[in-house]
Amino acid sequence: MALLKMKFTQQRRVRLAQGLWLLSWMAVLCGSFVFSLGVYLKIELLRRAEVMENTEIHVVPNILMLVGLASIGTNWMAGRVCQDSLDPSRFPRWKVFLLGWYAVAALICCLLVAVVVLSYALQGRLEESLKVGLRNGIRFYKDTDVPGRCFQKETIDRLQMEFRCCGNTNFRDWFEVQWVSNRYLDYTSKDIKDRIRSNIDGRYLLDGVPFSCCNPASPRPCLQYHLTDNNAHYNYEFQNEELNLYNRGCREALIDYYMGLMNSTGPGVLSVILIQMSVLLSLRYLQTSVEGATTQEQPEGDSEGFLLEKGVKETLEEAKVKILLLLKFGQVDPSAADGSPDAEKAPPSSS
Amino acid sequence: MALMKVKFDLKKRVKLAQSVWFLFWFAVMAGVLVFSMGLFFKIELRKRSELMDNNESHFLPNLLIVMGLLACGINAFGGKVCYDSLDPSKFVKWKPMLKTFLMGCVVFNVLLVVTALLCFIMRIPLQFTLAEGLRNGMRYYKDTDTPGRCYMKRTLDLMQIEFRCCGNDNYRDWFEIQWVSNRYLDFSAKEVKDRIGSNVDGQYLMDGVPFSCCNPGSPRPCIQQQMTNNSAHYSYDHYTEDLNVWKSGCRDALLSYYAFINTCLHFVYISGLQYVDSSLSTLANPEDPESESEGWLLEKTVKETFTDIMTKMKAMGKGGKVEEGGDEGGVATVS
Repeated sequence: MALLKMKFTQQRRVRLAQGLWLLSWMAVLCGSFVFSLGVYLKIELLRRAEVMENTEIHVVPNILMLVGLASIGTNWMAGRVCQDSLDPSRFPRWKVFLLGWYAVAALICCLLVAVVVLSYALQGRLEESLKVGLRNGIRFYKDTDVPGRCFQKETIDRLQMEFRCCGNTNFRDWFEVQWVSNRYLDYTSKDIKDRIRSNIDGRYLLDGVPFSCCNPASPRPCLQYHLTDNNAHYNYEFQNEELNLYNRGCREALIDYYMGLMNSTGPGVLSVILIQMSVLLSLRYLQTSVEGATTQEQPEGDSEGFLLEKGVKETLEEAKVKILLLLKFGQVDPSAADGSPDAEKAPPSSS
Repeated sequence: MALMKVKFDLKKRVKLAQSVWFLFWFAVMAGVLVFSMGLFFKIELRKRSELMDNNESHFLPNLLIVMGLLACGINAFGGKVCYDSLDPSKFVKWKPMLKTFLMGCVVFNVLLVVTALLCFIMRIPLQFTLAEGLRNGMRYYKDTDTPGRCYMKRTLDLMQIEFRCCGNDNYRDWFEIQWVSNRYLDFSAKEVKDRIGSNVDGQYLMDGVPFSCCNPGSPRPCIQQQMTNNSAHYSYDHYTEDLNVWKSGCRDALLSYYAFINTCLHFVYISGLQYVDSSLSTLANPEDPESESEGWLLEKTVKETFTDIMTKMKAMGKGGKVEEGGDEGGVATVS
């Protein structure tokens, strides 16, 4: 019993071919959309690569780019097949490729689904990577004279200003790290000597933050130093001051940004999956109906189109048998040799 | 003697019509682009409108928007004429309008050139408008509790961060105004009283700048306060320190940004439209539908066309003596 059989007149076949041609070009556009989405995501991830410890999250844009390119190629081929489908002399040469085409198209759909799943699943790994990367960035903020780390200060400053965030989890992360380079500390001054002696590692820790943490929306000029000391500033209360610095941590800000990017591309990717599936099904119908028409006496007459020639179960069993035959190819001679003596014996007995 | 005569057979005419039709639609796209850039320009100016002194500067984006719309309309019409040009029955209805349409295109081109000139000239008034606006902006920086001015601090800070500039001409502009609100000054402190007493207006002036002037590329944490006092900071010399705060002033930074937008507009506009108009002139003239024909820019030479126009205008002006003028014109062309 064929699967989802449908009758096709010549008119319907022509309509199907035309519709599929348009659909395949739309799918090419969708493929290029997916590709450009992957490129955009990759560029955004690379821009902040300095505060990320590993590149595991890059698998999402990589798959998107690969799938985009593959989709452009397969759908362009579908368009060509369409164009030749109504011409009986040119259609047979495509027959060989069609099985492979179906496999590739199904693979593309699976990969797109995998991308959507991965973009949610990898959120935890992204967070870990950012945690370590930002911690290192804050630690090396002061090393503007060390080759290889001299741009950390500028990177972190620009990151905090652009994403409106301060520190890793919040602004207190800056209290635990020496972010002023030793080159600019006057070691003869009492205040500095006190601070250095106040902790085991001999670091110059202060309750202050860099200028990039300042919030421009604050009504008063930014207070960066002596943040926990209410007496150091007029009319200042540390507990109530909300607008002075950015309240968000940079890790949270970056995660929100990237998750927002990937979530907003979710619907686009899902619609691409739908279009690809419809191209696949339509091409199968077109192929079977055209083939059915050519085998009949009247090529212009009605024919039947179906998804599978036999039912799902029977097709699977046939496929299994074929695969087993291929696997047993090495053993085919002994079984043939056993078979032929039996065959030789059989005819004399029958006659 | 026709000006720049070219022979056209049917195939060539078809090709010419097709390419000119394509060029017309390209010009429509250019018109759309100019319109959208005028819109973008208008929005950008509105965003910074708090820093602008008056509304005079909106003339230029309005003009660009109008020109963009006109360009779309004229070129769409031209494209339609082109489309019909190869069908003799349809072309007949356009023929009387064609000369006026061409004249309209020439006038439009002149307007374009005028717009381009204006864009260059307006730089100077824009400069003065910006200067007044920025000075006011800096004066109102501290007024975060005054309705109508409470967003000036935020606007200025964000602008200085985005355009990488400090002050009007340079960072010293901040030394001349009080940018700390009185709400945050402890008037009982000696230092504050000294500073206020040190100038006529009783303003709290200091040699410091807001945080938005800080340059992230500086190797040391930003020095905002006591900038001219070398002994206030370790290993600091304010004469040689050039990475600490942004060196350029915001007036120059904003001007270069707007000038850049302007120049982009001109190239797109002028190149697209000039080309299309000249192509249409060559197309509109072939008379005979199917056979070979000639196309030219002007039916007679430039001199003769000009004399013709002059005689026509004189004829219109003389009114009653119109036969005499017509006879003279006729005699001139025959010889």
